Amino acid sequence: MPTRPTMHVLGCTRLPAALHAEWTKFRTVPGPSAALQAMVMSTIGLSAAAAAASTCGAPTCPQDPVRISLTGVSLGQALVVVFAVQLLGAEFGTGMIGTTLAAIPGRRTVMLAKATLLTAVVLATGIVATVGSWLTGRILLLGTGFIAENGSALPGLSDGPTLRAVAGSALYLVLVGLLSVGVAAAVRDSAVTIGTVLAVLYLFPVVITMVSNPDWHRFLQQIAPMNAGLAIQNTVDLGSAPIGPWAGLGVLSCWAAAGLLLGGLLLGRRDV
Amino acid sequence: MTGSRRTIRSGEPDGALRTSGRSGFSTLLRSEWTKFVTVRGWLVGLLVAALVTILIGTVSALGGNLECTGPDGQICAAHVPPLDASGAAVPDSFTFVHRPLDGDGSLTVRLDALTGDGGALHDWAKAGIIVKQNATAGSPYAAMMMTGDHGVRLQDNYFGDRAGPAISVSDGLPVWLRLTRVGDELTGSVSADGSTWSQVGTATVSGLPGSVLIGMFVASPEQIQTTQRFGGSDSSGGPTRATAVFDTISGQGALGDWTGTRIGGSAGDPEPVADFAENGGTFTMTGSGDIAPSVAGPEGNTVERSLVGVFAGLIVMIVIGSLFITAEYRKGMIRTTFAAEPRRVRVLVAKAVVLGGVSFAVGLVASAFAFWLVGSIEQSNGKYLLPVPVLTQLRVIAGTAALLALSAVLALAVGIMVRRAAGTVAAVTLLAVVPYILAVASILPAGPAEWLLRVTPAAGFAIQQSTSQYPQVEAAYFPSTGFFPLAPWAGFAVLVGWTVLALGLAALVVRRRDVS
Repeated sequence: MPTRPTMHVLGCTRLPAALHAEWTKFRTVPGPSAALQAMVMSTIGLSAAAAAASTCGAPTCPQDPVRISLTGVSLGQALVVVFAVQLLGAEFGTGMIGTTLAAIPGRRTVMLAKATLLTAVVLATGIVATVGSWLTGRILLLGTGFIAENGSALPGLSDGPTLRAVAGSALYLVLVGLLSVGVAAAVRDSAVTIGTVLAVLYLFPVVITMVSNPDWHRFLQQIAPMNAGLAIQNTVDLGSAPIGPWAGLGVLSCWAAAGLLLGGLLLGRRDV
Repeated sequence: MTGSRRTIRSGEPDGALRTSGRSGFSTLLRSEWTKFVTVRGWLVGLLVAALVTILIGTVSALGGNLECTGPDGQICAAHVPPLDASGAAVPDSFTFVHRPLDGDGSLTVRLDALTGDGGALHDWAKAGIIVKQNATAGSPYAAMMMTGDHGVRLQDNYFGDRAGPAISVSDGLPVWLRLTRVGDELTGSVSADGSTWSQVGTATVSGLPGSVLIGMFVASPEQIQTTQRFGGSDSSGGPTRATAVFDTISGQGALGDWTGTRIGGSAGDPEPVADFAENGGTFTMTGSGDIAPSVAGPEGNTVERSLVGVFAGLIVMIVIGSLFITAEYRKGMIRTTFAAEPRRVRVLVAKAVVLGGVSFAVGLVASAFAFWLVGSIEQSNGKYLLPVPVLTQLRVIAGTAALLALSAVLALAVGIMVRRAAGTVAAVTLLAVVPYILAVASILPAGPAEWLLRVTPAAGFAIQQSTSQYPQVEAAYFPSTGFFPLAPWAGFAVLVGWTVLALGLAALVVRRRDVS
């Protein structure tokens, strides 16, 4: 029996092997990649629907065109949750987690490998989804009056705020995925994990709509994972937003870190 | 147990063996019930569903602004619209120049001009002739009017609305209007020259006393401009005013001098004074307000706001519904279940009955409690809620419980087809809950949001809508302000349709497929 510190060191040296194992699982199980394909399609689809329905009338466009063209992220995130749950939660359901942990006893290594794989894969597909949404939205919005004459120029990706919104939305999806991995490790049941994460994400926007007290309203928008996180999509009128773009993504990072920490601790302590 | 005993025929050992596997439906129900209540996680889940429903509603109510409280802790009079004879809230506020009319009679006027303040006339600005029981706001009436942009209309008792010719006086051409009273029947006519008349319709205003008020009126509703943005909608606007010029006034049966009254003036006014001037038989009147049904405002003064937490309870119910079947597939229990009852569709029906029944009961308790608790919090906060008939309240509460039950059964049916909990929960949540959230939280623009609330199972949320949408009232009719694109029962039928379809497909699949 190795002592605890040795196990830890042993686990760390096994990270490349663990990553390779996770990558193989990801490649060979059809569910996870199907979830990501659905994520890309639903993100672009909903963004296109939102862009097609938005009109910009004289004298000014009140809306944020970049934000409209990235609307689909609010739907695509649900499929990132499904993906994250398939990555970890499904292993609890099938008993695969026993095999995984027998092969790599360092549980933190397993969590780290899964989180790393999720970050890489969701970032890659997330960029496809957000750039695709932005491009589709841009074409549609130009057709519905979002033009310079109406006071709404649609800058290209070289524009700082636009790039921040498009790339930041992909980061948003990654953070949602990391939060889900943490919850999945803590809850150990796919269905309950999906229900919990979706409730946490979608609960705040509805409650915020119903709350009319301006102080509560602002406070909830600042702490809600979805509302604060999606502040990264703001490109105009940043001063009136309840939270800045990067600060908002920071709030979501705190949620994701808290989820991962909780999941990691519980996974480390509990019997499989 | 008794059911299975009855089916066993005496004598034949062969028959006994065959029928023992085919138990009665009540036994089946009982075994599914036992499976449900012995899993602690699902019972905890039911409790969580009820709690989140109540908690979210409470938090929303506590986060509300103190609307307006009077000196004795009552809701400010200015925030409370008058009630009509049926108890419905009706804004009834206009400038009225009238004289008494005993028995039958009529009034004919020529409307020379109808203009708005600063040249902007509200589409639903109204000017014309009105016969009203008395000068109390909310009393019965019938009115023959010209509107800003909706032509000539005959309206009665706040809800009745008949369209006449789509003409206007804005181009300088006068329009002649006439309203005739015979008993309870009021007939409106319109003419372009004062000699050729065409009848617009006859309104029956039952219970009008012998002596009523007849005269000219002018009103102009509030202008509402709603901007939809992410995470909510901004409504701006304010009162508008319209000015009407009447002359060539002639009447039959009416007696006495003209009196000007401001009906439904705001409570602060010590003496409501009508803004009108008479000059040689020409009346120039300015008015503001509306004579129409009350429509829920964007601030959400509807009773169903108390049930805003239901969507979270719905997610929990979907999780329970999908686990109720997918757990059997995962653990292989389904083989035992089907061995005990080989008629698989009956198992499916029994599961649906148990799950639907339990979730309906829990949903009923949760929604009734949330309705009562949140309603009392809002009232103690001084928030005015639109009065709603008891039957509508029951529909909102029981409909919410049915919404929870149907979604759980939908998850069960999808669970049979998918056999995986994660996929089932994701699919049903995306279909039945996420469209509602995208629409209500204004994440989507109104167009696609309404489309989603027509075709997805989330249309069932319409059963919670307690107030109606009126074509003759301009308001912010968006999902985010509590207005669904489908009528309550139509939306509910969409959800029922999805559930029945899913159950049918599940029955087909479960019969054809190998056990698990």
